Amino acid sequence: MEKFERLDGLVVPLDRANVDTDAIIPKQFLKSVQRSGFGPNLFDEWRYLDHGEPGMDPASRRPNPDFVLNQPRYQGASILLARDNFGCGSSREHAVWALLDYGIRVVIAPSFADIFYSNCFKNGVLPITLDAATVDRLFRSVEAQPGYRLIVDLVRQRITLPDGEEIAFEIDAFRRDCLLAGLDEIGLTLQHADEIRAYEERRRREAPWLFVDL
Amino acid sequence: MSGRTLYDKLWAEHEVRRNDDGTSLIYIDRHLVHEVTSPQAFEGLRLAGRRPWRSGAVLAVPDHNVPTTARGAGIADPVSRLQVETLDRNCAEFGITEFTMDDPRQGIVHVIGPEEGATLPGMTVVCGDSHTSTHGALGALAFGIGTSEVEHVLATQCLVLQKSRNMRVTVDGTLAEGVSAKDLVLAIIGAIGTAGGTGHAIEFAGEAVRALSIEGRMTVCNMAIEAGARAGMVAVDEKTIEYLRGRPYAPKGELWEQAVASWRSLHSDADAVFDREICLDAGRIAPQVTWGTSPEMVTDIEGRVPRPAEEADPVRRRDLERALEYMGLKGGEAIADIRPDKVFIGSCTNARIEDLRAAAAVVRGYRLADNISLAMVVPGSGLVKRQAEAEGLDRIFREAGFEWREPGCSMCLAMNADRLAPGERCASTSNRNFEGRQGKGGRTHLVSPAMAAAAAVAGRFVDVRHWDYR
Repeated sequence: MEKFERLDGLVVPLDRANVDTDAIIPKQFLKSVQRSGFGPNLFDEWRYLDHGEPGMDPASRRPNPDFVLNQPRYQGASILLARDNFGCGSSREHAVWALLDYGIRVVIAPSFADIFYSNCFKNGVLPITLDAATVDRLFRSVEAQPGYRLIVDLVRQRITLPDGEEIAFEIDAFRRDCLLAGLDEIGLTLQHADEIRAYEERRRREAPWLFVDL
Repeated sequence: MSGRTLYDKLWAEHEVRRNDDGTSLIYIDRHLVHEVTSPQAFEGLRLAGRRPWRSGAVLAVPDHNVPTTARGAGIADPVSRLQVETLDRNCAEFGITEFTMDDPRQGIVHVIGPEEGATLPGMTVVCGDSHTSTHGALGALAFGIGTSEVEHVLATQCLVLQKSRNMRVTVDGTLAEGVSAKDLVLAIIGAIGTAGGTGHAIEFAGEAVRALSIEGRMTVCNMAIEAGARAGMVAVDEKTIEYLRGRPYAPKGELWEQAVASWRSLHSDADAVFDREICLDAGRIAPQVTWGTSPEMVTDIEGRVPRPAEEADPVRRRDLERALEYMGLKGGEAIADIRPDKVFIGSCTNARIEDLRAAAAVVRGYRLADNISLAMVVPGSGLVKRQAEAEGLDRIFREAGFEWREPGCSMCLAMNADRLAPGERCASTSNRNFEGRQGKGGRTHLVSPAMAAAAAVAGRFVDVRHWDYR
């Protein structure tokens, strides 16, 4: 996993609540057996006027000029500003893969759906929860100031605004450390292999029916 | 010290270790796998040179991409076919039990788990699928995970998790005739919102929940995620035990007796304290119909579509306007005046035998309305299909003009060939009415099986409480 320490990035605002993972990456693109290549189809149904299918050349598509990602001022954005309950719905990690593949490394919202939130950390994407009033203020600033950028510092857990103001954010320690180090969580868990085996041995005595192989 | 909730008990029993940072390493008893969210996980294992920790704990089945028409010809779409073949190959390589597409037991992963007795009370159950919460109906801790976590469970049989908060939704009273588990859960989501359970594990309790069959409880737990909760659950009772008795993978003989004795403790203690409590009166719940693009955008059959002008909050008003525009509604329409073009009866929410029976009872002796261009029934599994056919339900549906299909996820998410065309309106027993969920531009109204069946016959939404059964 790519590690995350600090990012100075352009912000793109997506001003709607309850953005679900079906919207982030529609189902026809989930047929891929790869982890990459989802970026051109991020928000496909909002981003294009024609119907997208896997394998289509993005250059041949009809972009929806009204959709934020297609507006020239937001090209190259790496920070997505969103509303409540971002990433609700399906558990598809493809949603995070699509954001990452497009170039988004930070999503800021007042709240996230649980599975999406957890999926972000497995892929080097940082979801930041800020109170609704602060998010609202950021929306207004982004709209008012073309080229609006933020500096996100995970070590200090601070967001720096263009005028130098700093906003602190919360994140749990384990997830932060994994992201900072780009750690392989499976490798970490396997360091406790003996404890897992001891647990299995005890449970096998207490609840043997759980260990009947299928 | 106060008592423990069902969730507290399930969590504690599966805690391998507690880390200094407050997370826990949680042991996973049952891992369900389907073709969409697993290929990258298996590939990750291979790249790291790892093997599954306990392949005997894993059950795999292709369900999202499979065709629901005749299977003999295989899958026409080469991309879908590759994904299903990749699952077959991965299961063969890693020694994982799979019900392949032509297996009579194949079906939607959340239907076959309980049906086979492969998911049991007291288990931790995961799957790369948000509707894994379904299995909580058996008194299990069951929740959806992402693909990285699928790989983590394959490699370690564990997950690093932060414990959720406890929430209880108590529904007392009695559901009226014709009002089902689906109406109950839609009413709950309408009351607490799609983020109402975020960060919580929900226990569904109360007289009306206890009165539900296990299938009905599965419908309720299935949609816990639509209320934002990763896990939903119901305490074990005699119905749970009777449901599981004799299932193929359920314990047998002495092991069964031992298991049942243990399962009887799977309920919240009387003095357990929940972080959040919600109470509803079942007697006040009427058949529900969603009108928007989020499951919380719901009202009952006697209701009307809301008018954006009456919404004070500007963000909500904009979302409401956007939803109505997408749905082709102006606001203010009576639900009973909405006319669907298609009807879909199926999905992990509502494709069990009880659901098909409820729908068939409504349809019996009637024909599809003229404005219904397609009505399809997609059983949840091969065994549900066989049972329904043994009861003659397929004939009732066919005679009314419904299509009777092969099992799979089908038009719940339209990854296979079954989908809506832009602008088409569908009465659907599935779980999500998101934009584009059933096909780009498709308009979904979530309802119960009986309500979907009645809409197919009447050509508009009607109150199934007053249905003239033939």
